[in-house]
Amino acid sequence: MTILGWSQILLYVLLIGLLTRPIGRYLHHLASAPALPGEAVVYRLAGVDPAREQGWQGYALAMLTFKGAALVLAYGLLRTQTLLPLNPAGQDAITPDLALNTAISFITNTNWQSYGGETAMSHFSQMAVLTVQNFLSAAAGIAIAFAVMRGFARRSAGTVGNFWVDLTRLTLYLLLPASAVLALVLVWQGVPQTLLGAVDVATLEGPAQSIALGPVASQEAIKMLGTNGGGFFNANSAHPFENPTGLTNLLQMLAIFSLGAGLTHCFGRMVGSPRQGWAIFAAMGMMFLAGVVALYASEASANPLLAGIDSGLADAGNWEGKELRFGIAMSALFATITTAASCGAVNAMHASFLPLGGMVPLVNMMLGEIIFGGVGSGLYGFILFAIIAVFVAGLMVGRTPEYLGKKIEAREVKLTMLAVLYLPLVMLGFTAIAVLAPAGLAGLDIGGPHGFSEALYAFVSAAANNGSAFAGLSANTPFWNLMLAAAMLVGRFFVIIPALAIAGSLAAKKTVPPSAGTFPTDGPLFVGLVVGVILIVGGLTFFPALALGPIVEHLAMHAGQTF
Amino acid sequence: MLRDIRPAIVLLLMMTVLTGLAYPLAITGIAQAIFPNQAGGSLVLRAGKPVGSALIGQVFADPRHFHGRPSATTATDPKDPTKTVPSPYNAASSGGSNLAPTAKALVDRVAEDAKALHAEAPGTPIPADLLTTSASGLDPHISPAAALFQIPRIAEARGMAEATLRALVAAHTETALLGLIGEDRVNVLALNLDLDATR
Repeated sequence: MTILGWSQILLYVLLIGLLTRPIGRYLHHLASAPALPGEAVVYRLAGVDPAREQGWQGYALAMLTFKGAALVLAYGLLRTQTLLPLNPAGQDAITPDLALNTAISFITNTNWQSYGGETAMSHFSQMAVLTVQNFLSAAAGIAIAFAVMRGFARRSAGTVGNFWVDLTRLTLYLLLPASAVLALVLVWQGVPQTLLGAVDVATLEGPAQSIALGPVASQEAIKMLGTNGGGFFNANSAHPFENPTGLTNLLQMLAIFSLGAGLTHCFGRMVGSPRQGWAIFAAMGMMFLAGVVALYASEASANPLLAGIDSGLADAGNWEGKELRFGIAMSALFATITTAASCGAVNAMHASFLPLGGMVPLVNMMLGEIIFGGVGSGLYGFILFAIIAVFVAGLMVGRTPEYLGKKIEAREVKLTMLAVLYLPLVMLGFTAIAVLAPAGLAGLDIGGPHGFSEALYAFVSAAANNGSAFAGLSANTPFWNLMLAAAMLVGRFFVIIPALAIAGSLAAKKTVPPSAGTFPTDGPLFVGLVVGVILIVGGLTFFPALALGPIVEHLAMHAGQTF
Repeated sequence: MLRDIRPAIVLLLMMTVLTGLAYPLAITGIAQAIFPNQAGGSLVLRAGKPVGSALIGQVFADPRHFHGRPSATTATDPKDPTKTVPSPYNAASSGGSNLAPTAKALVDRVAEDAKALHAEAPGTPIPADLLTTSASGLDPHISPAAALFQIPRIAEARGMAEATLRALVAAHTETALLGLIGEDRVNVLALNLDLDATR
């Protein structure tokens, strides 16, 4: 670990802290402004009455109808890419299982990729399918967070907002302009943006090299801002064309967290107390820093199996699967950010991290990606844990728990537990199936604990809607594509629906004024309690699986064993 | 449900046109106008012909050149399309080795590469980036230490003074932006182009 590395991490943390307030203010404006210039045209065409708000069921139904339509369109366009324009590399048709996996992956904001971008997707598919769903799944995620926030902010109300208005505003007034600016900065730094196919060159020493190009920057920008993470190229943000410089790397990392951090402040403003937002920010920030320190410490140390080969390796960090321009610290920071948020873009190969380093991304995702998290999903996921925390606090003092003036009763706690229990069920249950079924084992490229980690990482990543991988796994088979698609669907909608139901039931309640017995949720005690709840729930659920994977691999590595 | 169908379809199509066609095409137009070189892949020309991209590494095996990092990229096996074969610096199919830290394949590969590099410069510790594959398989950079490590070999192969080579490496060492953002590095293609032009 170096002073430069720590300074880089500190710089990042400072910048995110500075961005949180202005972004939160703007998000609050989008969530609450009566009308924005120009939006009326969109609503007229779409037959939407922006003044007619929906109850939680109506909001959920609109979202599900929209996702259904998006799934059909994305699947259809992927299956027919050979008949569509802009396919300079002559990519083949996408097989049914891969098209289904990819369509579900992108509408759920997961962006798991069983394919390599430059070897499978036409430019048209990258633009009109993948880029579009990057925008829309991000906008839908933030929209759900808006609905949940309104549940806390409103009193005796029957509605939580209008899905179509939230979706339109977030796409047109936030994601599109922000992506356009970021895309142009990325091009300036070297990210290609062209409709042409690969360029064939004769290299300096003679052999031909075919250099894949395409409309990369426009997709890259929304991929980061929307915490989507699906790369234009197979190597994702490690590819020099996706992430060419130290500056683009910093901007991409800021883009991943900016909206998730801004939403904490937006929440504070919505409920009339910015301190409530900062308390959430503090809890998320603490868990984030712990992850960064653990991952950086792991990767800055040498792989003991290689240390004996040459003294140069004994003195260096773990460089396998890392890019020189980012170095160890920025690779560790990126990996922590991308899995704390549900981004899943990578600038280093997580599979080649040392076992305890690779465990940090796994743990981040297992906790439900509530450390800033996916845009929108991070906030509503965190609020579920906050509800458990105040419930636990209420049990301890024998008082009906309240959060932000809303009484938390049996219905809310049951719905919360439903959402919190689905994820581990899928993550662990599907992993168990995969490591027992021959079709599952066929995808692993290594036996032993790392092979188990590959399968575990895949289902944790899919169910948490992250999309990164221990990419030694060969996932483009019907078994893996379909199992992972199911995990992604459950991970997205089985959390969203309970979250919306809670929003609806809270919105309908009266707000009780705080009294002397109210547990304050804007102070260090609450922050500590909610972090404790998250870690205990996560630890109890996942420790056995982690023991079988990264922890055993760590011990084997130090015992000199290879697989 | 029924009253959601029209907004769902209209908004989906409208957003597809806006974010999937208008947005990338507009960015392409603007990018081609103000940053044509970067937008086209930062191609490097020699005598008017492209020899590569400034951002993409390529294979250097000649002892008279600086070599890049090992690359784990593959290509489809021409004999059997269901298999892949090693194809370093394949810029049409990026990717890392994804080898586990405990993979026997990793330990064996590093040991074999180390043997070859030891023969080049006995007694000098080998910079780690010369023994490890990058995440993309297309890393255009090596560390300044990795460039200096190769100087004795190149000096001998070219009959050049080591001091000249060291000056060349120093001139090509890029430092972190503002001393804070990024790492110190040397672009191998740019360095070799300059090296070829020096003699």
